[in-house]
Amino acid sequence: MDGIHDLGGMAGFGSFDVEDNEPTFHEPWEETAFLTNIASIAILRAYNADEYRHSIERMPADEYLSARYYQRTLIGVTTLLIEKGLLDKADLDRRAGASVRVSQPAIANTDDGRAQSTTPRFTVGDRVRVRKMHPPGHTRVPQYVRGHSGTVLHVAPPFKFPDASAHALPGRKECTYHVAFESRELWPESAEAEDTVVVDLWESYLEESP
Amino acid sequence: MSISKTASPAAQAAAVRSAMVENGHLTEAAFDAAHAVEESLNWHNGAKVVARAWTDPDYKARLMQDGTAACAELGFEGPEGEYIVVIEDTPEQKNAVVCTQCSCTAWPVLGLPPEWYKSPAYRARVVREPRKVLSEMGLDLAGDVALRIWDTTAETRYLVLPLRPPGTEDWSEDQLAAIVTRESMIGVALVKAPK
Repeated sequence: MDGIHDLGGMAGFGSFDVEDNEPTFHEPWEETAFLTNIASIAILRAYNADEYRHSIERMPADEYLSARYYQRTLIGVTTLLIEKGLLDKADLDRRAGASVRVSQPAIANTDDGRAQSTTPRFTVGDRVRVRKMHPPGHTRVPQYVRGHSGTVLHVAPPFKFPDASAHALPGRKECTYHVAFESRELWPESAEAEDTVVVDLWESYLEESP
Repeated sequence: MSISKTASPAAQAAAVRSAMVENGHLTEAAFDAAHAVEESLNWHNGAKVVARAWTDPDYKARLMQDGTAACAELGFEGPEGEYIVVIEDTPEQKNAVVCTQCSCTAWPVLGLPPEWYKSPAYRARVVREPRKVLSEMGLDLAGDVALRIWDTTAETRYLVLPLRPPGTEDWSEDQLAAIVTRESMIGVALVKAPK
């Protein structure tokens, strides 16, 4: 989905603070949210990391930007545990004494990936172009590189295709590629045009550069 | 009864946790196990990897060849560390890492990410105006140093191997590990030796 989470290159944000000696968590509930997520994924196997990422992406866009990081974790975890039938929203509301926050329903992808095997189609030095795609569900191809061409720097091992595995489709494994894009290709007007951005892309996102 | 008020995060987290335990989905032991994982995730682990790479050329060669295995050699492995790739800073090229779509990081060696790394501002801006962002963070790069931003969009987790600061040639591995910062291993700062 072309959601608010896909922030790369978006204008309108200001400066940010770097906190000295920052604690891992700022509030006890942040750790509770983190641990519930880790236990639900790694021990209970209630959902996978792609479903988790997508549960957060499905937050209403205005709430996404104003929520703290572990609030987004908490809302995603709550959403998935309800959707998977493990928890009941009315019961959670009673326990919390107020309405718990959840994300919007998913719109499923139907693309189970284009790679036919885990043998890499591209190799280091190849010129590749990112397909212009706008899947309704989860994807890991940022909008800022779609339609642009870059050069393969590195071929990484096969991993599950997230557009499928976030929607409980089989999600075959396929290679990912570290692809270097010239900043001038992505943002021709930029004052920092000599720099490069490397994006890690699944094979299904790529085609041969014309 | 209709509930219109929105739960606070603290109330929501407590509700989810108690419901998961009382419904028998997660035990207290499961939360303890998750906590043990959390405690193993620490950026000081990454500092030890960097210090070892600075002092042991054979280790550095293994680290650059297979980051996952070389970090595991020092005992650092776990979730979000299944495929670690080390990027080496050189006098000619600076590297910095971001995750524009969420906030992925190499947990076993970088720990859980700091607030600034998770901020929408860093995620949005550093791919498009990286020199300005780094400058705001206190790192002014010379014009002839190439800058490369690495967006953690798939399953690779990056660790930047920063430049060893001058004047530390006779320092021990422990002394070196003590001056490596988390920011330097994400790539937005240089390692500095105290005067």
